[in-house]
Amino acid sequence: MSLFALTALAHCVRPPFYPRLIGRQMIEIGYYSLPVVGLTAIFTGMVLALQSYTGFARFSAESAVPNVVVVSITRELGPVLAALMVAGRVGAAMAAEIGTMRVTEQIDALDTLATNPFKYLIAPRLIAGLTMMPLLVVVADVIGVFGGYVVSVYKLGFNPYIYLKNTIDFMEVQDVVSGLVKASVFGFLITLMGCYHGYNSRGGAQGVGAATTNAVVSASILILSFNYLITEMFFSK
Amino acid sequence: MNLTDQATPKIRIRGLHKAFGDKVVLDGLDLEIGVGESVVVIGGSGTGKSVLLKCILGLLHPEAGSIEIDGEEVVGLRERERDRVLRKFGMLFQNAALFDSLSVWENVAFGLVEGAGMALAEAEEIAIDKLAAVGLGPDVGQLQPAELSGGMRKRVGLARAIATGPEVIFFDEPTTGLDPIMGDVINDLIIKCVQELGATALSITHDMASARKIADRIAMLHDGKIIWAGPVAEIDASGSAHVEQFIHGRAEGPIQMQLRAL
Repeated sequence: MSLFALTALAHCVRPPFYPRLIGRQMIEIGYYSLPVVGLTAIFTGMVLALQSYTGFARFSAESAVPNVVVVSITRELGPVLAALMVAGRVGAAMAAEIGTMRVTEQIDALDTLATNPFKYLIAPRLIAGLTMMPLLVVVADVIGVFGGYVVSVYKLGFNPYIYLKNTIDFMEVQDVVSGLVKASVFGFLITLMGCYHGYNSRGGAQGVGAATTNAVVSASILILSFNYLITEMFFSK
Repeated sequence: MNLTDQATPKIRIRGLHKAFGDKVVLDGLDLEIGVGESVVVIGGSGTGKSVLLKCILGLLHPEAGSIEIDGEEVVGLRERERDRVLRKFGMLFQNAALFDSLSVWENVAFGLVEGAGMALAEAEEIAIDKLAAVGLGPDVGQLQPAELSGGMRKRVGLARAIATGPEVIFFDEPTTGLDPIMGDVINDLIIKCVQELGATALSITHDMASARKIADRIAMLHDGKIIWAGPVAEIDASGSAHVEQFIHGRAEGPIQMQLRAL
Protein backbone atom coordinates (compact mmCIF):
# COMPACT_ATOMS: atom_id res chain seq x y z
CA MET A 1 0.00 0.00 0.00
CA SER A 2 2.83 2.41 0.80
CA LEU A 3 4.40 1.53 -2.56
CA PHE A 4 1.07 2.39 -4.17
CA ALA A 5 0.99 5.70 -2.28
CA LEU A 6 4.54 6.60 -3.31
CA THR A 7 3.93 5.72 -6.97
CA ALA A 8 0.73 7.75 -6.92
CA LEU A 9 2.49 10.74 -5.33
CA ALA A 10 5.30 10.56 -7.86
CA HIS A 11 2.74 10.74 -10.65
CA CYS A 12 1.09 13.76 -8.99
CA VAL A 13 4.23 15.86 -9.37
CA ARG A 14 5.49 14.63 -12.75
CA PRO A 15 3.96 15.70 -16.08
CA PRO A 16 1.85 15.12 -18.08
CA PHE A 17 -1.01 16.57 -16.07
CA TYR A 18 -4.67 16.40 -16.94
CA PRO A 19 -6.12 19.79 -15.88
CA ARG A 20 -9.56 18.90 -17.21
CA LEU A 21 -9.73 15.74 -15.10
CA ILE A 22 -8.33 17.50 -12.03
CA GLY A 23 -10.99 20.18 -12.46
CA ARG A 24 -13.75 17.61 -12.76
CA GLN A 25 -12.59 15.84 -9.59
CA MET A 26 -12.33 19.17 -7.73
CA ILE A 27 -15.93 19.90 -8.57
CA GLU A 28 -16.96 16.36 -7.61
CA ILE A 29 -15.15 16.47 -4.25
CA GLY A 30 -15.42 20.16 -3.38
CA TYR A 31 -18.64 21.49 -4.81
CA TYR A 32 -20.92 18.47 -4.58
CA SER A 33 -19.85 17.75 -0.99
CA LEU A 34 -20.89 21.23 0.17
CA PRO A 35 -24.48 20.33 1.17
CA VAL A 36 -23.59 17.29 3.23
CA VAL A 37 -20.60 19.00 4.88
CA GLY A 38 -22.65 22.15 5.54
CA LEU A 39 -25.49 20.23 7.18
CA THR A 40 -23.05 18.23 9.30
CA ALA A 41 -21.32 21.40 10.44
CA ILE A 42 -24.41 23.40 11.31
CA PHE A 43 -25.97 20.67 13.46
CA THR A 44 -22.63 19.95 15.13
CA GLY A 45 -22.19 23.62 16.00
CA MET A 46 -25.75 23.83 17.32
CA VAL A 47 -25.57 20.76 19.52
CA LEU A 48 -22.13 21.77 20.74
CA ALA A 49 -23.47 25.10 21.98
CA LEU A 50 -26.44 23.44 23.63
CA GLN A 51 -24.43 20.70 25.35
CA SER A 52 -21.63 22.95 26.58
CA TYR A 53 -24.18 25.43 27.89
CA THR A 54 -26.04 22.82 29.94
CA GLY A 55 -22.74 21.33 31.08
CA PHE A 56 -21.12 24.62 32.02
CA ALA A 57 -24.26 25.83 33.78
CA ARG A 58 -23.33 23.47 36.62
CA PHE A 59 -20.16 25.52 37.21
CA SER A 60 -21.79 28.83 36.30
CA ALA A 61 -19.36 29.04 33.40
CA GLU A 62 -21.93 29.59 30.66
CA SER A 63 -19.94 32.46 29.19
CA ALA A 64 -17.33 29.99 27.94
CA VAL A 65 -19.72 28.62 25.30
CA PRO A 66 -18.41 30.70 22.34
CA ASN A 67 -14.82 29.76 23.20
CA VAL A 68 -15.61 26.07 23.42
CA VAL A 69 -17.55 26.14 20.18
CA VAL A 70 -14.88 27.88 18.14
CA VAL A 71 -11.99 25.80 19.49
CA SER A 72 -13.78 22.48 19.10
CA ILE A 73 -15.02 23.24 15.62
CA THR A 74 -11.80 24.57 14.14
CA ARG A 75 -9.46 22.10 15.82
CA GLU A 76 -11.40 18.86 15.75
CA LEU A 77 -15.00 18.61 14.73
CA GLY A 78 -14.83 20.61 11.50
CA PRO A 79 -12.03 18.62 9.87
CA VAL A 80 -12.88 15.21 11.33
CA LEU A 81 -16.62 15.21 10.70
CA ALA A 82 -16.26 16.78 7.25
CA ALA A 83 -13.65 14.15 6.38
CA LEU A 84 -15.82 11.27 7.60
CA MET A 85 -18.74 12.54 5.54
CA VAL A 86 -16.55 13.00 2.46
CA ALA A 87 -15.06 9.52 2.99
CA GLY A 88 -18.55 8.06 2.80
CA ARG A 89 -19.51 10.13 -0.20
CA VAL A 90 -16.39 10.45 -2.31
CA GLY A 91 -14.20 7.54 -1.16
CA ALA A 92 -16.97 5.04 -1.83
CA ALA A 93 -17.77 6.51 -5.24
CA MET A 94 -14.10 6.44 -6.26
CA ALA A 95 -13.60 2.85 -5.17
CA ALA A 96 -16.77 1.78 -7.02
CA GLU A 97 -15.86 3.66 -10.20
CA ILE A 98 -12.23 2.58 -10.39
CA GLY A 99 -13.14 -0.93 -9.24
CA THR A 100 -15.67 -1.28 -12.03
CA MET A 101 -13.09 0.00 -14.50
CA ARG A 102 -10.70 -2.65 -13.21
CA VAL A 103 -13.09 -5.61 -13.51
CA THR A 104 -14.35 -4.54 -16.95
CA GLU A 105 -10.74 -4.27 -18.22
CA GLN A 106 -11.03 -0.51 -18.75
CA ILE A 107 -7.82 0.03 -16.77
CA ASP A 108 -6.01 -2.47 -19.01
CA ALA A 109 -7.46 -0.64 -22.01
CA LEU A 110 -6.08 2.68 -20.69
CA ASP A 111 -2.67 1.10 -20.35
CA THR A 112 -2.86 -0.37 -23.85
CA LEU A 113 -3.69 3.06 -25.25
CA ALA A 114 -0.36 4.27 -23.82
CA THR A 115 -2.01 6.20 -20.99
CA ASN A 116 -0.76 5.57 -17.47
CA PRO A 117 -3.74 4.81 -15.18
CA PHE A 118 -1.90 6.37 -12.24
CA LYS A 119 -1.62 9.64 -14.13
CA TYR A 120 -5.04 9.56 -15.71
CA LEU A 121 -7.17 8.14 -12.90
CA ILE A 122 -5.37 8.39 -9.60
CA ALA A 123 -3.23 11.55 -9.65
CA PRO A 124 -6.16 13.89 -10.51
CA ARG A 125 -8.18 12.45 -7.62
CA LEU A 126 -5.35 12.77 -5.11
CA ILE A 127 -4.60 16.35 -6.17
CA ALA A 128 -8.28 17.24 -5.92
CA GLY A 129 -8.55 15.59 -2.48
CA LEU A 130 -5.47 17.38 -1.14
CA THR A 131 -6.65 20.80 -2.27
CA MET A 132 -10.42 20.67 -1.86
CA MET A 133 -10.67 19.23 1.66
CA PRO A 134 -9.12 22.33 3.33
CA LEU A 135 -11.57 24.55 1.44
CA LEU A 136 -14.46 22.37 2.55
CA VAL A 137 -13.23 22.58 6.13
CA VAL A 138 -13.05 26.39 5.99
CA VAL A 139 -16.71 26.30 4.98
CA ALA A 140 -17.47 23.77 7.72
CA ASP A 141 -15.71 25.95 10.32
CA VAL A 142 -17.71 29.04 9.38
CA ILE A 143 -21.03 27.19 9.27
CA GLY A 144 -20.27 25.30 12.50
CA VAL A 145 -19.50 28.48 14.39
CA PHE A 146 -22.60 30.03 12.90
CA GLY A 147 -24.68 27.07 14.15
CA GLY A 148 -23.35 27.63 17.65
CA TYR A 149 -24.08 31.33 17.34
CA VAL A 150 -27.69 30.75 16.28
CA VAL A 151 -28.47 28.46 19.22
CA SER A 152 -26.64 30.66 21.74
CA VAL A 153 -28.26 33.88 20.63
CA TYR A 154 -31.79 32.78 19.83
CA LYS A 155 -32.28 29.97 22.33
CA LEU A 156 -29.85 30.56 25.16
CA GLY A 157 -30.15 34.35 25.22
CA PHE A 158 -26.51 35.35 24.59
CA ASN A 159 -25.79 38.87 23.47
CA PRO A 160 -24.93 38.57 19.74
CA TYR A 161 -22.20 41.19 19.85
CA ILE A 162 -20.43 39.70 22.86
CA TYR A 163 -20.75 36.20 21.47
CA LEU A 164 -19.05 37.19 18.21
CA LYS A 165 -16.41 39.22 20.00
CA ASN A 166 -15.56 36.29 22.28
CA THR A 167 -15.44 33.97 19.29
CA ILE A 168 -13.01 36.17 17.40
CA ASP A 169 -10.87 36.99 20.45
CA PHE A 170 -10.54 33.37 21.35
CA MET A 171 -9.87 32.01 17.86
CA GLU A 172 -6.17 31.40 17.33
CA VAL A 173 -4.33 31.06 14.07
CA GLN A 174 -2.84 27.77 15.20
CA ASP A 175 -6.28 26.25 15.77
CA VAL A 176 -7.37 27.00 12.24
CA VAL A 177 -4.05 26.06 10.66
CA SER A 178 -3.91 22.71 12.43
CA GLY A 179 -7.47 22.04 11.25
CA LEU A 180 -6.54 22.81 7.65
CA VAL A 181 -3.41 20.66 7.78
CA LYS A 182 -5.60 17.85 9.06
CA ALA A 183 -8.08 18.48 6.27
CA SER A 184 -5.42 18.20 3.61
CA VAL A 185 -4.05 14.97 5.07
CA PHE A 186 -7.57 13.54 5.39
CA GLY A 187 -8.37 14.51 1.80
CA PHE A 188 -5.27 12.63 0.68
CA LEU A 189 -6.16 9.58 2.78
CA ILE A 190 -9.74 9.44 1.53
CA THR A 191 -8.81 9.60 -2.14
CA LEU A 192 -5.83 7.29 -1.66
CA MET A 193 -8.02 4.62 -0.02
CA GLY A 194 -10.70 5.01 -2.68
CA CYS A 195 -8.17 4.64 -5.48
CA TYR A 196 -6.14 1.88 -3.83
CA HIS A 197 -9.08 -0.40 -3.09
CA GLY A 198 -10.71 0.30 -6.43
CA TYR A 199 -7.50 -0.24 -8.38
CA ASN A 200 -6.85 -3.58 -6.67
CA SER A 201 -10.41 -4.88 -6.73
CA ARG A 202 -10.92 -8.36 -8.12
CA GLY A 203 -13.74 -10.54 -9.28
CA GLY A 204 -16.85 -8.80 -10.53
CA ALA A 205 -19.65 -7.10 -8.67
CA GLN A 206 -18.82 -8.67 -5.32
CA GLY A 207 -15.20 -7.54 -5.56
CA VAL A 208 -16.29 -3.98 -6.31
CA GLY A 209 -18.67 -4.08 -3.34
CA ALA A 210 -15.88 -5.25 -1.05
CA ALA A 211 -13.55 -2.56 -2.44
CA THR A 212 -16.14 0.12 -1.66
CA THR A 213 -16.61 -1.08 1.92
CA ASN A 214 -12.86 -1.37 2.48
CA ALA A 215 -12.26 2.10 1.08
CA VAL A 216 -14.71 3.74 3.47
CA VAL A 217 -13.74 1.72 6.55
CA SER A 218 -9.99 2.08 6.07
CA ALA A 219 -10.30 5.78 5.25
CA SER A 220 -12.39 6.37 8.39
CA ILE A 221 -9.96 4.51 10.65
CA LEU A 222 -6.99 6.31 9.10
CA ILE A 223 -8.72 9.68 9.53
CA LEU A 224 -9.27 9.06 13.24
CA SER A 225 -5.76 7.77 13.88
CA PHE A 226 -4.03 10.49 11.87
CA ASN A 227 -6.22 13.00 13.67
CA TYR A 228 -4.58 11.96 16.93
CA LEU A 229 -1.08 12.03 15.46
CA ILE A 230 -1.48 15.49 13.95
CA THR A 231 -3.09 16.82 17.14
CA GLU A 232 -0.12 15.55 19.11
CA MET A 233 2.26 17.17 16.63
CA PHE A 234 0.62 20.57 16.97
CA PHE A 235 -0.48 20.73 20.58
CA SER A 236 1.56 18.46 22.82
CA LYS A 237 4.09 20.51 24.70
CA MET B 1 1.20 -17.68 -45.47
CA ASN B 2 3.95 -18.75 -43.14
CA LEU B 3 6.50 -16.04 -42.56
CA THR B 4 8.21 -17.46 -39.51
CA ASP B 5 11.40 -18.20 -41.42
CA GLN B 6 11.99 -14.49 -41.90
CA ALA B 7 14.96 -13.01 -40.06
CA THR B 8 13.08 -10.88 -37.49
CA PRO B 9 9.55 -11.94 -36.68
CA LYS B 10 7.15 -9.26 -35.45
CA ILE B 11 6.71 -11.06 -32.16
CA ARG B 12 8.96 -13.80 -30.81
CA ILE B 13 8.13 -15.47 -27.52
CA ARG B 14 10.59 -17.84 -25.91
CA GLY B 15 10.09 -19.99 -22.81
CA LEU B 16 7.39 -17.80 -21.29
CA HIS B 17 6.45 -18.75 -17.70
CA LYS B 18 3.65 -17.21 -15.70
CA ALA B 19 2.07 -18.54 -12.53
CA PHE B 20 -0.51 -17.16 -10.12
CA GLY B 21 0.45 -18.58 -6.74
CA ASP B 22 0.69 -22.34 -7.16
CA LYS B 23 -1.28 -22.33 -10.39
CA VAL B 24 1.08 -22.45 -13.37
CA VAL B 25 -0.68 -20.87 -16.34
CA LEU B 26 2.06 -20.50 -18.94
CA ASP B 27 4.79 -23.11 -18.75
CA GLY B 28 7.54 -22.45 -21.24
CA LEU B 29 5.48 -21.11 -24.11
CA ASP B 30 7.16 -20.51 -27.50
CA LEU B 31 5.48 -18.65 -30.35
CA GLU B 32 6.59 -16.64 -33.35
CA ILE B 33 4.43 -14.32 -35.39
CA GLY B 34 5.72 -13.01 -38.71
CA VAL B 35 5.22 -9.48 -40.04
CA GLY B 36 1.73 -9.08 -41.50
CA GLU B 37 0.69 -12.53 -40.40
CA SER B 38 -2.61 -13.34 -38.68
CA VAL B 39 -2.20 -15.95 -35.97
CA VAL B 40 -5.08 -17.33 -33.93
CA VAL B 41 -4.39 -19.04 -30.63
CA ILE B 42 -7.10 -21.53 -29.72
CA GLY B 43 -7.55 -23.32 -26.44
CA GLY B 44 -10.11 -24.07 -23.78
CA SER B 45 -11.36 -21.58 -21.23
CA GLY B 46 -8.84 -20.93 -18.48
CA THR B 47 -5.83 -22.21 -20.42
CA GLY B 48 -4.09 -18.84 -20.24
CA LYS B 49 -4.90 -17.33 -23.62
CA SER B 50 -5.72 -13.92 -22.15
CA VAL B 51 -2.70 -14.15 -19.85
CA LEU B 52 -0.53 -14.59 -22.94
CA LEU B 53 -1.86 -11.37 -24.50
CA LYS B 54 -1.50 -9.49 -21.23
CA CYS B 55 2.12 -10.63 -20.87
CA ILE B 56 2.93 -9.36 -24.36
CA LEU B 57 1.29 -6.02 -23.58
CA GLY B 58 3.17 -5.78 -20.29
CA LEU B 59 -0.03 -5.74 -18.22
CA LEU B 60 1.25 -8.86 -16.47
CA HIS B 61 4.88 -9.62 -15.71
CA PRO B 62 6.06 -13.13 -16.62
CA GLU B 63 8.36 -14.95 -14.19
CA ALA B 64 10.69 -16.15 -16.92
CA GLY B 65 11.12 -16.10 -20.66
CA SER B 66 11.56 -13.48 -23.31
CA ILE B 67 9.20 -11.54 -25.54
CA GLU B 68 10.70 -9.70 -28.49
CA ILE B 69 8.80 -7.17 -30.57
CA ASP B 70 10.64 -6.36 -33.82
CA GLY B 71 13.71 -7.97 -32.26
CA GLU B 72 13.52 -5.75 -29.15
CA GLU B 73 13.19 -7.40 -25.74
CA VAL B 74 10.13 -5.96 -23.98
CA VAL B 75 10.07 -7.92 -20.71
CA GLY B 76 11.14 -5.57 -17.93
CA LEU B 77 11.09 -2.40 -20.02
CA ARG B 78 10.94 0.88 -18.14
CA GLU B 79 7.77 2.92 -18.25
CA ARG B 80 8.77 5.37 -20.96
CA GLU B 81 10.13 2.75 -23.35
CA ARG B 82 7.08 0.62 -22.68
CA ASP B 83 4.80 3.49 -23.73
CA ARG B 84 6.75 3.73 -26.98
CA VAL B 85 6.37 -0.01 -27.64
CA LEU B 86 2.68 0.09 -26.69
CA ARG B 87 2.04 2.64 -29.42
CA LYS B 88 2.64 -0.17 -31.91
CA PHE B 89 -0.30 -2.09 -30.47
CA GLY B 90 -4.05 -1.93 -30.67
CA MET B 91 -6.27 -4.25 -28.72
CA LEU B 92 -9.91 -5.28 -28.92
CA PHE B 93 -10.94 -6.44 -25.45
CA GLN B 94 -13.34 -9.27 -24.82
CA ASN B 95 -16.17 -7.04 -23.63
CA ALA B 96 -14.80 -4.08 -25.58
CA ALA B 97 -13.76 -2.32 -22.30
CA LEU B 98 -15.09 1.04 -23.52
CA PHE B 99 -14.60 3.93 -21.08
CA ASP B 100 -18.14 4.56 -19.90
CA SER B 101 -17.39 8.08 -18.70
CA LEU B 102 -16.67 9.13 -22.31
CA SER B 103 -18.87 9.26 -25.39
CA VAL B 104 -18.36 6.79 -28.23
CA TRP B 105 -16.26 9.11 -30.41
CA GLU B 106 -14.15 10.16 -27.42
CA ASN B 107 -13.48 6.47 -26.84
CA VAL B 108 -12.35 5.96 -30.41
CA ALA B 109 -10.24 9.13 -30.34
CA PHE B 110 -8.70 8.34 -26.93
CA GLY B 111 -5.43 6.91 -28.22
CA LEU B 112 -5.01 9.82 -30.62
CA VAL B 113 -5.69 12.53 -28.03
CA GLU B 114 -4.08 11.12 -24.88
CA GLY B 115 -1.46 8.88 -26.46
CA ALA B 116 -0.38 10.87 -29.51
CA GLY B 117 -1.41 14.37 -28.33
CA MET B 118 -3.64 15.21 -31.30
CA ALA B 119 -6.05 18.18 -31.24
CA LEU B 120 -9.64 17.28 -30.35
CA ALA B 121 -11.28 18.48 -33.57
CA GLU B 122 -8.85 16.56 -35.75
CA ALA B 123 -9.17 13.45 -33.60
CA GLU B 124 -12.97 13.65 -33.79
CA GLU B 125 -12.80 13.60 -37.59
CA ILE B 126 -10.60 10.52 -37.58
CA ALA B 127 -12.86 8.89 -35.00
CA ILE B 128 -15.91 9.44 -37.22
CA ASP B 129 -13.94 7.95 -40.14
CA LYS B 130 -13.00 4.90 -38.10
CA LEU B 131 -16.59 4.46 -36.95
CA ALA B 132 -17.66 4.53 -40.59
CA ALA B 133 -15.03 1.88 -41.34
CA VAL B 134 -16.75 -0.47 -38.89
CA GLY B 135 -20.19 0.42 -40.27
CA LEU B 136 -21.37 2.91 -37.67
CA GLY B 137 -22.74 6.34 -38.53
CA PRO B 138 -21.56 9.66 -37.05
CA ASP B 139 -24.73 9.79 -34.90
CA VAL B 140 -23.46 6.77 -32.96
CA GLY B 141 -20.38 8.81 -32.04
CA GLN B 142 -22.49 11.03 -29.80
CA LEU B 143 -23.95 8.13 -27.79
CA GLN B 144 -22.67 6.83 -24.47
CA PRO B 145 -21.22 3.28 -24.43
CA ALA B 146 -24.02 2.13 -22.09
CA GLU B 147 -26.55 2.80 -24.87
CA LEU B 148 -24.91 0.36 -27.30
CA SER B 149 -25.74 -3.27 -28.03
CA GLY B 150 -23.10 -6.00 -27.71
CA GLY B 151 -22.30 -6.04 -31.43
CA MET B 152 -22.03 -2.25 -31.55
CA ARG B 153 -19.73 -2.21 -28.52
CA LYS B 154 -17.44 -4.71 -30.24
CA ARG B 155 -17.38 -2.58 -33.37
CA VAL B 156 -16.60 0.58 -31.38
CA GLY B 157 -13.88 -1.38 -29.60
CA LEU B 158 -12.49 -2.38 -32.98
CA ALA B 159 -12.61 1.23 -34.20
CA ARG B 160 -10.70 2.29 -31.08
CA ALA B 161 -8.13 -0.48 -31.61
CA ILE B 162 -7.39 0.61 -35.20
CA ALA B 163 -7.68 4.38 -34.66
CA THR B 164 -3.97 4.96 -34.07
CA GLY B 165 -2.95 2.82 -37.04
CA PRO B 166 -1.20 0.16 -34.96
CA GLU B 167 1.33 -2.29 -36.41
CA VAL B 168 0.00 -5.15 -34.28
CA ILE B 169 -3.61 -5.75 -33.28
CA PHE B 170 -4.73 -8.16 -30.57
CA PHE B 171 -8.22 -9.59 -30.55
CA ASP B 172 -9.42 -11.14 -27.30
CA GLU B 173 -12.37 -13.44 -28.06
CA PRO B 174 -13.72 -11.13 -30.79
CA THR B 175 -16.91 -13.11 -31.44
CA THR B 176 -17.74 -14.38 -27.96
CA GLY B 177 -21.21 -13.39 -26.80
CA LEU B 178 -22.45 -12.38 -30.25
CA ASP B 179 -25.01 -14.10 -32.45
CA PRO B 180 -23.49 -16.06 -35.38
CA ILE B 181 -24.34 -13.41 -37.95
CA MET B 182 -22.93 -10.52 -35.92
CA GLY B 183 -19.95 -12.76 -35.17
CA ASP B 184 -19.31 -13.13 -38.88
CA VAL B 185 -19.73 -9.39 -39.43
CA ILE B 186 -16.99 -8.85 -36.84
CA ASN B 187 -14.82 -11.48 -38.54
CA ASP B 188 -15.16 -9.68 -41.87
CA LEU B 189 -14.37 -6.34 -40.25
CA ILE B 190 -11.30 -7.79 -38.58
CA ILE B 191 -10.02 -9.16 -41.90
CA LYS B 192 -10.73 -5.87 -43.66
CA CYS B 193 -9.14 -3.68 -41.00
CA VAL B 194 -6.06 -5.85 -40.66
CA GLN B 195 -5.55 -5.89 -44.42
CA GLU B 196 -6.06 -2.15 -44.83
CA LEU B 197 -3.54 -1.39 -42.11
CA GLY B 198 -1.16 -4.13 -43.22
CA ALA B 199 -1.06 -5.03 -39.54
CA THR B 200 0.05 -8.16 -37.79
CA ALA B 201 -2.81 -9.81 -35.90
CA LEU B 202 -2.86 -12.08 -32.90
CA SER B 203 -6.27 -13.35 -31.85
CA ILE B 204 -7.38 -15.69 -29.13
CA THR B 205 -10.66 -17.50 -29.38
CA HIS B 206 -12.42 -20.78 -28.86
CA ASP B 207 -14.81 -20.12 -31.75
CA MET B 208 -13.50 -22.39 -34.51
CA ALA B 209 -15.58 -20.78 -37.26
CA SER B 210 -14.01 -17.44 -36.40
CA ALA B 211 -10.53 -18.96 -36.14
CA ARG B 212 -10.75 -20.60 -39.57
CA LYS B 213 -11.90 -17.36 -41.10
CA ILE B 214 -9.43 -14.83 -39.73
CA ALA B 215 -6.30 -16.96 -39.30
CA ASP B 216 -3.33 -17.49 -41.58
CA ARG B 217 -1.94 -19.80 -38.94
CA ILE B 218 -3.49 -21.47 -35.91
CA ALA B 219 -1.72 -22.39 -32.69
CA MET B 220 -3.25 -24.50 -29.95
CA LEU B 221 -2.52 -23.66 -26.32
CA HIS B 222 -2.79 -26.46 -23.79
CA ASP B 223 -1.16 -26.93 -20.38
CA GLY B 224 0.73 -23.66 -20.75
CA LYS B 225 2.45 -24.64 -23.99
CA ILE B 226 1.76 -24.38 -27.69
CA ILE B 227 1.14 -28.05 -28.50
CA TRP B 228 0.45 -27.58 -32.20
CA ALA B 229 0.86 -24.77 -34.73
CA GLY B 230 0.35 -24.76 -38.44
CA PRO B 231 -1.37 -23.16 -41.40
CA VAL B 232 -5.14 -22.98 -41.15
CA ALA B 233 -5.53 -25.40 -44.07
CA GLU B 234 -3.74 -28.13 -42.12
CA ILE B 235 -5.85 -27.94 -38.97
CA ASP B 236 -8.10 -30.81 -40.04
CA ALA B 237 -5.06 -33.01 -40.57
CA SER B 238 -3.09 -31.91 -37.54
CA GLY B 239 -2.30 -35.41 -36.35
CA SER B 240 -2.78 -34.18 -32.79
CA ALA B 241 -5.44 -35.83 -30.67
CA HIS B 242 -5.76 -32.65 -28.59
CA VAL B 243 -6.43 -30.47 -31.63
CA GLU B 244 -8.86 -33.03 -33.06
CA GLN B 245 -10.82 -33.10 -29.83
CA PHE B 246 -10.92 -29.31 -29.61
CA ILE B 247 -11.98 -28.50 -33.16
CA HIS B 248 -14.71 -31.09 -33.05
CA GLY B 249 -15.80 -30.09 -29.58
CA ARG B 250 -15.84 -33.55 -28.02
CA ALA B 251 -16.05 -34.13 -24.29
CA GLU B 252 -14.07 -37.37 -24.62
CA GLY B 253 -10.40 -37.24 -25.47
CA PRO B 254 -6.98 -36.43 -24.06
CA ILE B 255 -8.15 -33.06 -22.71
CA GLN B 256 -10.06 -33.76 -19.51
CA MET B 257 -12.18 -31.00 -18.06
CA GLN B 258 -11.76 -30.93 -14.32
CA LEU B 259 -15.24 -31.62 -13.06
CA ARG B 260 -16.13 -32.25 -9.49
CA ALA B 261 -18.86 -34.72 -8.59
CA LEU B 262 -21.71 -33.06 -6.79
